[in-house]
Amino acid sequence: MESFSGIFPTLPLGELASTTGRSSAHDVERILRQGRACSLSDFATLLSPAAEDYLEQMAGLSACITERHFGRVIRLFAPLYLSNECINVCRYCGFSRTNPIPRFTVPILQVEKETRLLAAQGFRSLLLVAGEHPKFVNNGYVQSVIERILPTAPSIAIEIAPMETEDYLPIVGAGCEGLVVYQETYHEETYREMHPSGPKKRFGWRLDTPERGYAAGFRRLGIGALYGLYDWRYEAVATAAHALHLLRHCWKAHLNLSFPRLRPAAGGFAPDERFIISDRELVQLICAFRILLPHAGLVLSTRESRQFRDGMVGLGITQMSAGSSTEPGGYSNFDENQWTPPADQPGEQFHIADERPPAEFARMIRRRGYEPVWKDFDRSLVSATTLPA
Amino acid sequence: MNGNDGIITTSNPLCANGMSIVSTTDTDLLRIADRTFSSRLLAGTGKFSSGRVMREAIAASESELVTVALKRAGLNREKDPFADILDYLESDRYLVLPNTAGAMNADEAVRIARLALAAGLPNWVKLEIHPDPHYLLPDPIETLRAAEILVKEQFVVLPYINADPVLALRLQDIGCATVMPLGSPIGSNRGLETRAQIEIIIEQARVPVVVDAGLGAPSHAAAAMEMGADAVLVNTAIAVARDPVLMAQAFSAAVAAGRTAYCLGLPSVSSHAMATSPLTSFLD
Repeated sequence: MESFSGIFPTLPLGELASTTGRSSAHDVERILRQGRACSLSDFATLLSPAAEDYLEQMAGLSACITERHFGRVIRLFAPLYLSNECINVCRYCGFSRTNPIPRFTVPILQVEKETRLLAAQGFRSLLLVAGEHPKFVNNGYVQSVIERILPTAPSIAIEIAPMETEDYLPIVGAGCEGLVVYQETYHEETYREMHPSGPKKRFGWRLDTPERGYAAGFRRLGIGALYGLYDWRYEAVATAAHALHLLRHCWKAHLNLSFPRLRPAAGGFAPDERFIISDRELVQLICAFRILLPHAGLVLSTRESRQFRDGMVGLGITQMSAGSSTEPGGYSNFDENQWTPPADQPGEQFHIADERPPAEFARMIRRRGYEPVWKDFDRSLVSATTLPA
Repeated sequence: MNGNDGIITTSNPLCANGMSIVSTTDTDLLRIADRTFSSRLLAGTGKFSSGRVMREAIAASESELVTVALKRAGLNREKDPFADILDYLESDRYLVLPNTAGAMNADEAVRIARLALAAGLPNWVKLEIHPDPHYLLPDPIETLRAAEILVKEQFVVLPYINADPVLALRLQDIGCATVMPLGSPIGSNRGLETRAQIEIIIEQARVPVVVDAGLGAPSHAAAAMEMGADAVLVNTAIAVARDPVLMAQAFSAAVAAGRTAYCLGLPSVSSHAMATSPLTSFLD
């Protein structure tokens, strides 16, 4: 099997992204009539300026497909930041090694306490997030955390530095079911520019992370680009190509896609204005992904505004976070009853846009005629390692 | 006793085609293992917009056998307001049919079935094993393997399968209480795309055949019942309907109509026109 990094150089991603300028209304109408984007080329057409005039129809089709496959439910999860220790230099990230922020790795007992706090808010599905550091993070710590919190949080995914398959095995064995790794940018030249130092420099190594994770037995894979680093249409086409590759080669894993947009963070990175994706364009992009990938989980985090998130319930999104802290140990400082963060969170990765507490967010979901689902996985499913045949 | 030790009838004796039947509702019961059910519509509990809507729709469907994904339930016997799907199903009104959705292999399915039993749920299990999380098509090899284990452990096993007649026979041979072939992929609403295979399964069945998955319209459910399916299971088409309660009623009526038509016997199909008044009556 050829890995994605092997075929990546042969993909006409730039060409597809640039041809969107030549797509016509007729092309868009043809795809909407057939009810599904059947190729990368169809997908690129849905991202085109010509498709902007069809946003309402795209949203309608996206909503219809999502409802058929997922029903009228939104699954809720919370990120749980474990450490902001990091040896990488990433120009856009608050955890970047050169940023003078307080560094902290949450002790396991405190992680357990925060998991209980999150469970009291409703969360049974957690995303563990950490920077890359051999001394503090990549030393068996994550595995120990999972073993301790699994009884409280049956569904656990990780978003930590890429590893070899054999290093993922004990993490899967501990009960972790999901692996999230954002490529940040699929544009190799931009990737090099954004990651001048540290192990994260290796573009191809990162590209193949989901496949290494799948080989270790992860049953859920999350990918995505960080929008704002390069042309959004190129990033979306490349992400779609990656998704299609994973669907063929990692067929037992459920695929999730996220669409994070850059947020203000320590380091003060200012994105190139040419690469900023507007709200309207982001809706177009999310709907296009749904029309291409009817069964994929589509994730929207608290990076987005309240108004945007409310509007996206029912339009294609299937999973959302709420009441998030992006600071290691941050939940310990929340007001437990109101679930409000302290004014100052110096160790955060970025500042979130939607600060509503989980209960308020769940009420909004219900008002829109959807069921907030907190538990959709049972630990009995992963109490033993599951390896792909 | 395992699922096959009970006397299982695939069709009511009153239902021999051509019998004079006024109403089938009182006497024509669905029998699975040691239980009988008035309704031949099984309901699912996923995809509803709220627990309240789910409860009302299932009540309207008149189903008596309701399947629940255990992954969504709190199984540690403590009340959990964030995993309370079982609280919406009155245990005296429905037989809760735990399902193993989420299991990717036999070991996982067996584990979750045992856990459900330990949590006080019935020893019935709708066995679902789909390693492909996108189309949710069942794995025949793992399903057979899990069924063998669970039947031996006295579970009443209702396996969800592709419409494969040989697999259906193999599962009956080991003691499954029903077979549940899919009409088309879960949630697709595409109806009876596997019709020809289901016809064979029904013809050869020694246990009730429950057509499961893909039934998107009451007419699909009626068609399955007219073919001789013993029951159907519907979830998505009811759960995501604009009015789930009304749609549940529509499915209930369609299932009853299809069953009555099957019991009465449908007229044979001909490619030639047959005059209502015989053309040669002048000879009489």
